[in-house]
Amino acid sequence: MSSPPFESLWLLFLGMGLVTYVPRWLPLFFLTRWQMPGWLEAWLDLIPSAILSALLMPALITSGEPRQLDLLRPELFVAVPTFLFALKTKSMAGTVVLGMALFWLAGRILS
Amino acid sequence: MSVIKEGTKAAWPICLGYIPIGLAFGVIAQKAGLSPFEIGGMSLLVFAGSAQFIGVSMLSSGAGFFSIVLATFTINLRHLLMSSALAMYMRSVNRSWLGLFAYGVTDESFALNMARFRAGSWGRNQALAVNHVSNAAWVVSTVAGGYGGSFIPQRAFGIDYALIAMLLCLLVFQLRDRLHALVAIISGASAVLISLVVAGNAHVMIASVIGATLGLLLRGKHPHTTERTK
Repeated sequence: MSSPPFESLWLLFLGMGLVTYVPRWLPLFFLTRWQMPGWLEAWLDLIPSAILSALLMPALITSGEPRQLDLLRPELFVAVPTFLFALKTKSMAGTVVLGMALFWLAGRILS
Repeated sequence: MSVIKEGTKAAWPICLGYIPIGLAFGVIAQKAGLSPFEIGGMSLLVFAGSAQFIGVSMLSSGAGFFSIVLATFTINLRHLLMSSALAMYMRSVNRSWLGLFAYGVTDESFALNMARFRAGSWGRNQALAVNHVSNAAWVVSTVAGGYGGSFIPQRAFGIDYALIAMLLCLLVFQLRDRLHALVAIISGASAVLISLVVAGNAHVMIASVIGATLGLLLRGKHPHTTERTK
């Protein structure tokens, strides 16, 4: 595939960068100057656990394009002991190393 | 100086996780006709993994400027929620500093910094260091991929799992009480259901809003179960 003309490519990157940056920046610019109502603070306090779970669950139990439910993924098998380990130890380093080791092992066994 | 060191030290799981994804992106972008310089420029200007993957694949399928920019916008709109949550810890901070910080808000840096802020032992300069060290790791690994990153064996040492493991651990940090666990369950289940129907990653934002909103309503009904610790 031939590469598109140089200028339009960089223009595209700029456009992509701009629409990515604005949602990252807008709340930081405005919400830090405004005393949020209590309910909004409580809502935002729940956002991290909601986002983390929303990022993880589809990655663990769906696959393909278009996505389909897939409960037989090594990602999921490895996630269970990794999650329990994190729950028990609260150790980031240990969890990452264990997860990687188990995933590597799963790859060797299943392939 | 030690502040930057602390941030850098904390960012290692993110950097480790970015390496295989960055290499893979570099390889794909190179196959789509981008030079390593253009790959580095894109990573620096956009700094968003999934949007860059989709952008490049749209580019090679001949999509136009506006459709790619619109797709990028939709994919990255979820950061709106993350920056809003981060804003709680950045009251009356200098606005140009905020502008610099906003550039590095990603799924991963957001999750890591929120956990640290919540634990109380975190300053905003450490958080800024996390963002920019992660950005550097992303730029470098995508460029390396552009130079032919296929020399790294696939799935070496389970490195592909580094980010998932990190996010699992950060999720554990967030499960402070029954309400937060319930929100995670609702949001995770909604995300799966929505992701089966809607392509792309709109499910992250929609499911998070559903989860947090239902959580807030439940909290209103039983305020005694979740006293905020402040």
